[in-house]
Parts: sequence; C-alpha cells; structure tokens
Amino acid sequence: MSEIVFKAPASLCDVSTHYCPGCHHGIIHRLVAEVIDELGLQDKAIGVAPVGCSVLAYDYFNIDMFEAAHGRAPAVATGIKRVHKDSAVFTYQGDGDLAAIGCAEIVHAAARGEKITTIFVNNAIYGMTGGQMAPTTLLEQVTTTSPYGRKEDQAGMPIRVSEMLSTLDGAKFIARVAVNTPGNMAKAKLAIKKAFEIQLRGEGFTLVEVLSTCPTNWGMSPVASMTWLEKNMMPYFPLGTFKTPEEVVK
Amino acid sequence: MAEKVLMKGNEAIGEAAIVAGCRHYFGYPITPQTELTEYMAKRMPKIEGVFVQAESEVAAINMVYGAAGAGARVLTSSSSPGISLKQEGISYIAGAELPCVIVNIVRGGPGLGTIQPSQCDYFQATKGGGHGDYRNIVLAPNSVQEMVDITLLSFDLADKYRNPVMLLGDGALGQMMEPVSFNPPENKIVEKPWAATGLRGRTKPNIINSLHLKPENLEKHNIHLQEKYATITANEVRYESLHTEDADLILVSYGITSRIVRTAVEKARQEGFKVGLFRPISLWPFPSEPLAALAKTAKAFMSVELSAGQMVEDVRLAVNGAKPVYFYGRMGGMMPNPNEIYEQILAVLQAKGDK
Repeated sequence: MSEIVFKAPASLCDVSTHYCPGCHHGIIHRLVAEVIDELGLQDKAIGVAPVGCSVLAYDYFNIDMFEAAHGRAPAVATGIKRVHKDSAVFTYQGDGDLAAIGCAEIVHAAARGEKITTIFVNNAIYGMTGGQMAPTTLLEQVTTTSPYGRKEDQAGMPIRVSEMLSTLDGAKFIARVAVNTPGNMAKAKLAIKKAFEIQLRGEGFTLVEVLSTCPTNWGMSPVASMTWLEKNMMPYFPLGTFKTPEEVVK
Repeated sequence: MAEKVLMKGNEAIGEAAIVAGCRHYFGYPITPQTELTEYMAKRMPKIEGVFVQAESEVAAINMVYGAAGAGARVLTSSSSPGISLKQEGISYIAGAELPCVIVNIVRGGPGLGTIQPSQCDYFQATKGGGHGDYRNIVLAPNSVQEMVDITLLSFDLADKYRNPVMLLGDGALGQMMEPVSFNPPENKIVEKPWAATGLRGRTKPNIINSLHLKPENLEKHNIHLQEKYATITANEVRYESLHTEDADLILVSYGITSRIVRTAVEKARQEGFKVGLFRPISLWPFPSEPLAALAKTAKAFMSVELSAGQMVEDVRLAVNGAKPVYFYGRMGGMMPNPNEIYEQILAVLQAKGDK
C-alpha cells in the first residue's frame, strides 16, 4: 500500500517556469500555493500580480488572478476585497513595484487596515528591466543606474519596508523571512500562513517580506548569490516578526 | 413619472448611480465635483454599499479596476487634473475590457487652471486620454435631469460592451440645482462569467489582464477592441437637433454651452435667420453621419465650445470640407452669454453674404 506524501500544490499550475536559474520566485510561489491549499482557499483566493519579474504570476497560480499596473496592486486588491469580503486576497509584489512607484498604495492599504495579504519579494534590485537601482538597493551595491555603487548623498539609504509599515496601526502582521535554507523556507511558510489566517479573521493588513536572490542581475552564480544575500542583505534587512495582532492591541 | 426633487448635479449623479445598482464608489475630493464624493460617503453606508476615499486618483481608479474585475457595478468621479491622473488606470481598464463609469466634471486647464466650468477636456475624453489604441464611450448631459438619465444609461452601456463609460459634465452642471426625477432604470443586470471572483466551483481560473507579450496576440486583441468600437459606433450615437431642417447655419454645441447656444439660436430664429442647433450627446462615438447629412442642406457650421477649439475638429472631419466650419470659444472658466453667441451668428451669416 503506497501513499502520496509529497506532491505539487493544487493551487499551482503544472507549467514550465520563466524565472532565471537560482531565482527564488519559484520557491516563494510554491510556499504561497501550499498555504492556499492547506487553508482550503483555492476556491476563494484572488491574487494580484505586479509589474516586474513576477508579472506573469497568474500563469503559475491555479486560482483567479488580476494583473495590476506598476505599483497599484494594493489599490486593485482593495477594490477586489471590498466586493468579495469573504475572499482571500493577496498581492505579490517586488521591491521596485512596492517600494518605489507603488509606495503610496502599499502605505495607504496598510494604513486603512485593508484586509489583504502582501507577499513582498525583496531582491535589492530591479530584475525585469535589467538590474537597475531599487529603493532597497544596498549602499555601495553596483547596478546599471548606480554604476559606481549606491551613494547615500546621491540616492539616500535603502528603505526597510517592513519596519516602516510596522509603524502603521492598520498593519496587523508584518514579518521578514528568507528562503535561502530549508529551515528558513519552513519559517517563511509559517509566516505566510499566519498572514492569510489573520486576513481571514478580518483583523487587518498583513505583509510578508521575503529576501530573495537575483543571480542574473547581481552577476553571480546562484550559490554565490545565496552567500551575498546572507552577508549583505540580512544585516541590513534583519529577519523577524515586526508586528503581530497581539502587539497591536496595546 | 417619478416624483421630482430639487438636486445639485453632482449629487444627482450619485443618487442615479445608486438607482442603477452601483454599490461601490472609489474617489478623491477635487473641486468642482467634490459634492459627488461627499454624497457617496453619506449614502453608501446606509445601503450597505462601499465608499472608499482613496489616497489619490491613481489609487481610486485602480480600486475601480479591482472592483470592476471582481464583477461589481462601480463608479468613480473627478475633475480635470484628477482625470489626468486616472488615465493610467483607464487605459488598463480599457485593455482588460472592464465595465465602469467615470465622471469628469470639467474645470479650466491646463495644469491647476481654475475651478470654473470648461470643456477643455474634450480631446482627453474622446481621443483615448491614456496610452494605447482605445476608446471610452463619452456622454455629455446638458441638464441635471440628463445627468441622472445618462448615469443610468452609462452603467448599462458599460456592462453591455465591457468598456469604460465617461460622463463628461462641467463645473456649471455639477454645481447647479434643477428638479429631477429618477425614472426606474431598465435594470439590465448582466451575468459576468468572466469576472475574477475566486473560483467558487469553476475549474478554469479567470484572469483580469491587459498584458499580451506576443505581438500576434496583442494585435489580435487590438483588432477585437477595434471591432467592438465599430459596433459601439454603429449602435450608440446620440444627439439632439433643433431647427436644423432648413437651417443655413448650424451651430454645434454640447453640454452646458448648448443651452446658451439654444437661447441665441431661438433669438436668431425670431429675427428671421435660418439658424439651427445640433447637440452631440455621445461625444464618442461622435455623431458624424447625421452631421454629414446636414452638410447637404446647411451652408455653414459653427462649433461653440468652452475651449480653444477641440470638438470643432470632429465637426470638420464629419463635414469633410463640404461646407465651411467656423469656431467660437471661451476659455479659462469664462462663459459666453446668449447675446455674445448671437453676435457670432450674425458675423458668420454676414461673412457668408446671406444677410
């Protein structure tokens, strides 16, 4: 008697990936899909894809999806959630989409306590447009638009989105995770699950920031990218839970 | 006929939207349309509707995109500078073929301009406004009653064609009060099997999207859109004409301006001049064929607008050189009085050698 103990999530489509080798989007997609399956949400989940590398996220999730304009996913998700209040609505956004052009939308969705979940993938660079500086690009990090390294006096300091949004009362769960090790993947999945659960309880805005690699635009091998993420990103973007509903109730 | 009530134009639009079954409003305050936003803030919670004051016009139109894609009848409103900000979202809504109603209570521009009435957004409303090959259905009322009737109609047209419909008013219409009645709408609530609602038993996901990376696919989508716009052009032209049958000079005017022009035309008729008024109600699709037909009998046309001359280009396209087309306009929130228009009528008739 055999038993299936591991299989592809039903909320993920059986298609080939377009993501670069070593990119973490595939892992993050899978974790989100596993959570949707485990919470029994495939029938009422509605996702919003961003502009950026994950612009085609709707090709991977086997659920109803929207494609939003650059940075506007939280506004689109607001419209969806206000129509289908019982749905599990999430946005999937990169750092250019969320922290630059869509900064107002994410701040105000959080401030309103919009009952949505944002999966925020932070790889410290613009991926799709070919490696330009992002609001999350680290100091001295070389990109095509910071060719001499990011300088504070010219471009300011990187934005710590999780910490910033944690100051807003409408945000009920904010965590930063990574998927660079099996242990961190398990923690990331728990955070994503908690974010969805808090949304479904109607408590407010939830966001999980996932530190991610971009071997192609960082100009490194996938393995070297993992090391760079640990040595450079994690010290500036510390992992952890910044806000939980318990902390909101003072 | 339902009982008449005295209402401000902006508020009448809001009540008409509710009568039309709209339960979702996303907007942002801007003069001279703010009473509509305020009206929805007051009314929606009373009828279990949704009112969200967005952080910007950009966010508001994207909330509309989400709600429309999720299957709701949804309204947003703004005035000129705000509509400029909404153009990004309107292009996406047109690309994704979502139904929604957008109200533009026009003020003078460019830039911050003024809060006084104007018709300077005609190009922006009728020629696309945002990026890409697309059209909005654009309807222009000239009374508070028509603001009600056109709002009711707009929701039906939006659903019928899965297309944005813009109600193009102006600061005068938005602010003035007139008696109105809310005639029961035809209430054409349509099924939206394409909407992204969550699978809810469906096996194939619905995707709301305007991205078509393969050129072949995007061209096919654009051809489909153009075919839809041709169907709308064939079916949804609306206009009104007065004394045009035997008119030597036909004035073309829409919205609030058409009421001033009408007074001038009536005065000219009393003085024995063969003058008529042609009023486009649908600015897109523009009533080109009826105007072309009138070019067979009229000797000249004159477009009167609160702009530097925008609709006059569509009048010229329709008349296609068959007869002279004149223009008279005021800008910056200035409203012409009937005598001013009457003088223009005399000037044109004299130039034509008819009197």
